[in-house]
Amino acid sequence: MAKKEINIFENYLVPKHEIMTEEEKQQLLKKFNISLKQLPRIKERDPAVKAIGAKKGDIIKIERKSETAGVAYYYRVVV
Amino acid sequence: MEMNQKLKEKFEEFCKSHNLTGQKKAQLKKKLMQILKKVAVEPGTAIGVLSAQSISEPATQMTMRSYTLASQTTALAKVTHGLPRMIEIFDARKTFERSMIIYLKPKYNNKNYAKKFAEKIKEKKVKDSLASSSIDLLNMQLEFIFAEKINFDTFKEIVKNYMKDGKITRKGQTVYIKPDDAEIKNLRSLKFKLLDAKVGGIKNILSVAVKKEKNDWIITAEGSNLKAILELEEVDVNRTKTNDIYEVESVLGIEAARNLILEQARETLRDQGLSVDIRHLLLIADTMTFDGKVSSIGRYGVAGHKASVLARANFEETVKHLVNASFRGERDNLNSTIENVMIGKVAPVGTGFVKLVIDADKLKGKK
Repeated sequence: MAKKEINIFENYLVPKHEIMTEEEKQQLLKKFNISLKQLPRIKERDPAVKAIGAKKGDIIKIERKSETAGVAYYYRVVV
Repeated sequence: MEMNQKLKEKFEEFCKSHNLTGQKKAQLKKKLMQILKKVAVEPGTAIGVLSAQSISEPATQMTMRSYTLASQTTALAKVTHGLPRMIEIFDARKTFERSMIIYLKPKYNNKNYAKKFAEKIKEKKVKDSLASSSIDLLNMQLEFIFAEKINFDTFKEIVKNYMKDGKITRKGQTVYIKPDDAEIKNLRSLKFKLLDAKVGGIKNILSVAVKKEKNDWIITAEGSNLKAILELEEVDVNRTKTNDIYEVESVLGIEAARNLILEQARETLRDQGLSVDIRHLLLIADTMTFDGKVSSIGRYGVAGHKASVLARANFEETVKHLVNASFRGERDNLNSTIENVMIGKVAPVGTGFVKLVIDADKLKGKK
């Protein structure tokens, strides 16, 4: 059987993942008045993290399609 | 506070259709923001309890219905419905009835190809094509009689994966396997391993059925193997889905797992004709995936890993948590609700959430 490489972002379950720059990161932490430890986490070995090449300590901005808000942004820190 | 995107779009649309511009538009926006502020959840609201009750109350209706329904559905397909499925999702169970829905790319989307494809992905084991299998104790060898014609060379390769050294001979439809270290115990275990060995297809795809849904020929499968299926050329990666949350977590990532929990919980509720506000399910799905892995709501998951000792002890296994905490010398900062209820302090919920500070200067009239 012919095999192909999976692009996980094609699947309807996977939202858009984006690495935040250092500047955006500081802005976010300041806006919500929190430290990195308080953010929701995402594993370094997560397929989506591997696909976009994020490293430990990066914050990933996730663009979720939301039924209640249209588009909702969610943030996860790579651990 | 800001308007979310959906509301913003609706607002702009409304203004356009009613020819509102400039000051009137600004006035309407101001009014809208005031209403928005009123309907928003207030700081200090115990949303967890709200969610728990909002889901549990309809779920009590589910119990009665699903057990009578279960006997009717089992004959058609082995898929868990109703409350049992709900428990599976929130407990993040690892053993349950898995199923997949496979969509094909437009190019392959026809009846004949779908049927051919379904037959191809179904897992075939050695025992499926056997007429009989036995252990020949006299010659210390295994005797496999095949019911259909087989490719002897590929079968030989399969056997070699399980047997180190030995002889494999063939006589018509019968294959004799004689390992060098032939003992009764070894022969027995080898026999059972060989019966379960995969000959073709994809592992864990146990049974398949093709059906038409709107314009698509879809393949529903019992059992699940998302990674292997998605790797196939013919499969439409976008829509193909499974009901295995752990598999989605490892193949598509934690965000996908979160979406699947949400989808599955909603579908289960909808099948029963219940409507629960999606926000309650959103909270649960987000809580279950907070740590970057799927964790259950319960003793071994969210409730069992709370920071506070007293909150854990309050839930289940009281003695275990208290004893372990005293061993380790854990500290409880009494930050959360239940600990404060236990010791009789004001819990940080609602009005207990805010603290008042007196501005001494203002009181004296200096300001």
